[in-house]
Amino acid sequence: MTTLEIKDLHVSVQTEEGSATEILRGVTLTIRSGETHAIMGPNGSGKSTLAYSVAGHPKYTVTSGSVTLDGEDVLAMKVDERARAGLFLAMQYPVEVPGVSVSNFLRTAKTAIDGESPKLRTWVKDMKGAMGNLRMDPAFAERNVNEGFSGGEKKRHEILQMELLRPRIAILDETDSGLDVDALRVVSEGVNRAKEATGAGVVLITHYTRILRYITPDFVHVFVDGRIAEEGGPELADRLEAEGYDRFLPETAEA
Amino acid sequence: MSLLTPQRPAEGAHTHDATTLVPSQSRAERTTSYAVADFPLPTGREEEWRFTPVDRLGAMLRDAPTGACLEWAQDLPDGVTLGTASVEEWRASGAPAPADRAAAVAAAHSGGVAVLDIPAEAELDTPVRIRLTGAEREVVHGHLLVRAGRFSRATVVLEHTGASEYSEVLSVVAADGSELTVVTIQEWDDESHHLAQHDVVIGRDASVRHIAVSIGGGIVRINTNASYTGPGGSFEGLGVYFADAGQHLEHRLFVDHGAPHCRSNVEYKGALQGDTAHTVWVGDVLIRASAEGTDTYELNRNLILTEGARADSVPNLEIETGEIVGAGHASATGRFDDQQLFYLMARGIPEDDARRLVVRGFFASVVGRIGVREVQDRLMQSIEHELSGGER
Repeated sequence: MTTLEIKDLHVSVQTEEGSATEILRGVTLTIRSGETHAIMGPNGSGKSTLAYSVAGHPKYTVTSGSVTLDGEDVLAMKVDERARAGLFLAMQYPVEVPGVSVSNFLRTAKTAIDGESPKLRTWVKDMKGAMGNLRMDPAFAERNVNEGFSGGEKKRHEILQMELLRPRIAILDETDSGLDVDALRVVSEGVNRAKEATGAGVVLITHYTRILRYITPDFVHVFVDGRIAEEGGPELADRLEAEGYDRFLPETAEA
Repeated sequence: MSLLTPQRPAEGAHTHDATTLVPSQSRAERTTSYAVADFPLPTGREEEWRFTPVDRLGAMLRDAPTGACLEWAQDLPDGVTLGTASVEEWRASGAPAPADRAAAVAAAHSGGVAVLDIPAEAELDTPVRIRLTGAEREVVHGHLLVRAGRFSRATVVLEHTGASEYSEVLSVVAADGSELTVVTIQEWDDESHHLAQHDVVIGRDASVRHIAVSIGGGIVRINTNASYTGPGGSFEGLGVYFADAGQHLEHRLFVDHGAPHCRSNVEYKGALQGDTAHTVWVGDVLIRASAEGTDTYELNRNLILTEGARADSVPNLEIETGEIVGAGHASATGRFDDQQLFYLMARGIPEDDARRLVVRGFFASVVGRIGVREVQDRLMQSIEHELSGGER
């Protein structure tokens, strides 16, 4: 059993003028193995900032609060140490790495995470199997990481990594955005498969409720203005689907 | 009508047609001469010297013999011969004349020309290997002629190591239908200087690949000129360089398309690391009116790994005929991308390994094109060594 505990997290970014803008204003959230949490909210509410802060992106500065993984201080870890501790972030905008093939990248990452290189025969089989499940052409393994990938290919590649690296807690940042319905189903199945195989805790960050038809959340948290404004079970997602975010936005409240 | 197509959809790439370019001086108008006196001592303000630290090169530009040489060691596959020729014989070989003072001095004072002959129709399974080693830092004038016979196929690897102030003229004359790869590896000690003029003369339907790998040396300046004596010729110029603090690595290419239906493709990639690391890439292409059906592309990419390094990159394209297949170039210099680093580290890969992966990836396309396995492996090792901050 793994627990990711986020307590009263405050996060700022440096603006171009040099002043700091606070984006997260005290977020408290606990994710345990096997749980699926959906984080929903309007654009600019700080959902992605939460994801990147937990992963350790240097752009974000944690000004107060804590993040622990089974009691270990995540904020004291470097980015790669967080990943090796069992955290995974599926990125909304995965980065191109020219000249580095998918297969080389995946093997290097797997070796880093496990602390030893995977056994060749089982590794090739695992990789082919996972790619087949995600409806990815075998030739994909020889392409350069994210170079020339379509939006759907990038997201499949992120979930492929989740399946192969077997994290304990996976944060999926808008994995559903830009996917057509077929790709959404394939990617969602991949998330469910990975979760079933590893018992990982999953944080699903999304603007839309669409992906929640394929991945059922245990908890739904509504993010507004850097805080959790409301929490509930799957029924909260249904309500958001019907009503949208309007009732959380003060400037439209009087309408 | 002209038909100009970009060959690669690279960022920063673009193509030209004959109407867009108004050169101040044609590349064809530069002086070439056997007489040192035709080249005044450079001040550093001349177009061809403006990036070079000429104040540190006085000894190499002095019009006087030194009598010093490098130590030679060579592997010659069967049939390949290494002999000598007089400077007069070299002039008659079809090799172009010196194009700057350093080359004129080297040609005038080398005392003779080493001649490597690859017989006609020879097909070499193993590369010709010539290792040149300098024992101490003194001015050496080197002069080498490589002749590839008709329809021969060969690879020649020149390695430069040790301490020297080496001023070199290398003439490569590839006869009709030959396929020749010349690799020049610069792994000098840090205080060494190397000034070179490499001329590649490509016969009808011949195909020559010139590959420059510059890793070690205080000042390395390699001027590579390609020209064609008949139609159907192909030139591929590849280069990889890695400059550390205090190093000046300069590569100048001039592809002179004077014959119809010839191709040229130039790809140079360099990384820079450390304060005052300086690289220069100048890629001149001239398509003369006689060179209808030319297809040319050149690309230079620089990856700046740390603050304080400087990469100059200057592509020039002169086109005197619109009847060409394609002409384009691309040049880009970028800093190490922290987003790439974050992405790899977020997958558990430690920072040093992630950096190595990105830099290896950056060089992968050009290294993969070298096609000489031992050179590729050695180069990747050298790059690893540079990245780990190893002293040479």
